[in-house]
Amino acid sequence: MTTATTPTPREMTVIYNREDKIFRGIVTGGALTSLVVLGLIGLFLFLRGAQIFNDNGIKFITGANWTVGSEDGIIPDDFSIGAMLMGTIVVSLVAIVVAFPLAIGGALYLEFYAPRAIRKALVTLLDLAASIPSLIFGLWGIEIFTRFGERWAVFLNNWLGWIPIFGVQFENFGRSPFIAGCVLASLVVPITTSVAREVYSRTPRDLVDTCYALGGSKWGAIRAVVIPYGRSGVIGGAMLGLGRALGETVAVYLLLNLVFRYNFRILESEGGNVASLIATKFGDATPYELKALVAAGFVLFLLTLAVNMTATTIVQRSTPRA
Amino acid sequence: MTATISAPATVEPRTPWATPRSKNMQTLGVLIVAAAVAGVITFFTGVAGLDGWAVTFFLLSMIVAVARNLRVGSKERTDALMRVVVTAAAITAFAPWLSIFGAVLFKGYAGIRPNFFTQDMRTTVPDDFLEFGGALHAIVGSLLMVLIATAITLPLGILSGVYLTEVRGPLTFLVRFVVQSMSGVPSIVAGLFVYTTYVYSTESFSALAGALSLSVLMLPTVARTAEEVLKLVPEDLRSAGYALGARQWRTAFMVVIPTVRSGLTTAAILGIARVIGETAPLLLTSLSNTTVRFNPVDGPMASLPTYIFGYLQIGTEYAIARAWSASLVLLVIVLGLFTLARRFGGKDKR
Repeated sequence: MTTATTPTPREMTVIYNREDKIFRGIVTGGALTSLVVLGLIGLFLFLRGAQIFNDNGIKFITGANWTVGSEDGIIPDDFSIGAMLMGTIVVSLVAIVVAFPLAIGGALYLEFYAPRAIRKALVTLLDLAASIPSLIFGLWGIEIFTRFGERWAVFLNNWLGWIPIFGVQFENFGRSPFIAGCVLASLVVPITTSVAREVYSRTPRDLVDTCYALGGSKWGAIRAVVIPYGRSGVIGGAMLGLGRALGETVAVYLLLNLVFRYNFRILESEGGNVASLIATKFGDATPYELKALVAAGFVLFLLTLAVNMTATTIVQRSTPRA
Repeated sequence: MTATISAPATVEPRTPWATPRSKNMQTLGVLIVAAAVAGVITFFTGVAGLDGWAVTFFLLSMIVAVARNLRVGSKERTDALMRVVVTAAAITAFAPWLSIFGAVLFKGYAGIRPNFFTQDMRTTVPDDFLEFGGALHAIVGSLLMVLIATAITLPLGILSGVYLTEVRGPLTFLVRFVVQSMSGVPSIVAGLFVYTTYVYSTESFSALAGALSLSVLMLPTVARTAEEVLKLVPEDLRSAGYALGARQWRTAFMVVIPTVRSGLTTAAILGIARVIGETAPLLLTSLSNTTVRFNPVDGPMASLPTYIFGYLQIGTEYAIARAWSASLVLLVIVLGLFTLARRFGGKDKR
């Protein structure tokens, strides 16, 4: 008996000559621009905002004041973004809480329920929706959605007003974190839905079929196999959406009253986020105020970068590349 | 005794598990009745509007789903119930986009006059009748900025893709990770970055500054798409190139890249579609103006997004009508680019 051994493939060695080395050098340089740009963004925003961090210290990210000092110095400058950071998080959380179930439902529907005839059309619609500029979402929000949103807000306030976050001080329901959050949700849904659909479509077909063979219903298969299989990928998708919501500028600018106060009542007509703060104050800012805005941008940059890196890691781990 | 075996007639595969047509028709009928009942309830009670009707219809459908499966097991009831819930979630998810497309189409079309595409706003105040003035300067500005941004981004994006698929150096993981993370940089931060560097040093707002900030946002999209298409090039083609004695750079430039030319066009188009609607960075870099200009370093320049944003802020009837019309133009451009990308993208794949 002779055992056939598979011959091990020969080690390939490549010797690059000078031309190739130059080529590889140029390409590597080109590929590293994104790294360099990312580094430069962090560096420049930090340098230009450094004075603010130096002057205000930790108070810059905890305080809730944005006072431009008088020129004679009697009223001192006082800039801090605590309220805006909190506003950013509140609006984004509203957006994610609204968007997440919708995105899961949308992805499951597209993958498992949609009739073949309309499925393709819906997928195209999903792709198109992901490319609608956020400005148009904002425009739609103030001109069309606000009417519905205010009605829902009144409804929530009537029935759940005893829960602090649904209470209000003034019965003026427009331009609230709730409405801005809902519009952001419709902006986040396309991203999260596409990621979730991608993840769900990778569920091993065998496992799903096994469920059916054992007499499981469609929902049984989804609950037992599809959802657990896609859990981490879907969470990554939601975090990508969260990253988008955290950095959104114009939609929030158009839909939210900028008020410098810690506000957890999502139906109250006040709030704001860091990005819209920058857009609002940029136009007629004093030089020192500009530095504060740049510093705010730096904080926002770090926040979104952290969220996105986590999301990217999760998504990449759960959808192994072929 | 030869039994003639005739070729089996092609038989439709049977799908005994599929829902029979009669059942589907029944479901449709029940849903129509439920919709009508929901309409009546909405009409005669305090439940208001389209959203009220949708919620009523949803609740009725859930009741119907449970009622129809009362006699079978709880497993079937849950299944029917969840079918309603998932479908409702999907409809709620998709409804806003349809609403947006519809609103932009109708409201935008209502305000469009021929002069919208041929005039700028140099002699028109925002409140003038729609027969005067237009958005030519904004359209030109947008195209100019996007063109510059593409010229900067496309080579870098392709190099990045070539690095990941051809050179495959030790930094592959890092580059991929950074590109992915960079796509999450908030657009306002990109604007702020260009403001603190370029606008600071030149002390003037300009279209070039706007284009630079758009490049920051465009690069990740182009790089990622370029990588995806370059990955589709069969390994055989590379081997064939090497076997013919070509150096790596010649193989890359004369075999690999030409193979996916239309895919790389797609990458550029998707990048453009990604940034042409960006507003926030332009508010900090290129601002807005009212006359057609072609010189990218000569002061502020309007673009479609800043045009929309500006007129929305003015807030009078005609100004808002102009904003809607410009939104329609913007959306048509974005969707057109998108369709174009699909057309091109379909070419190399498989």
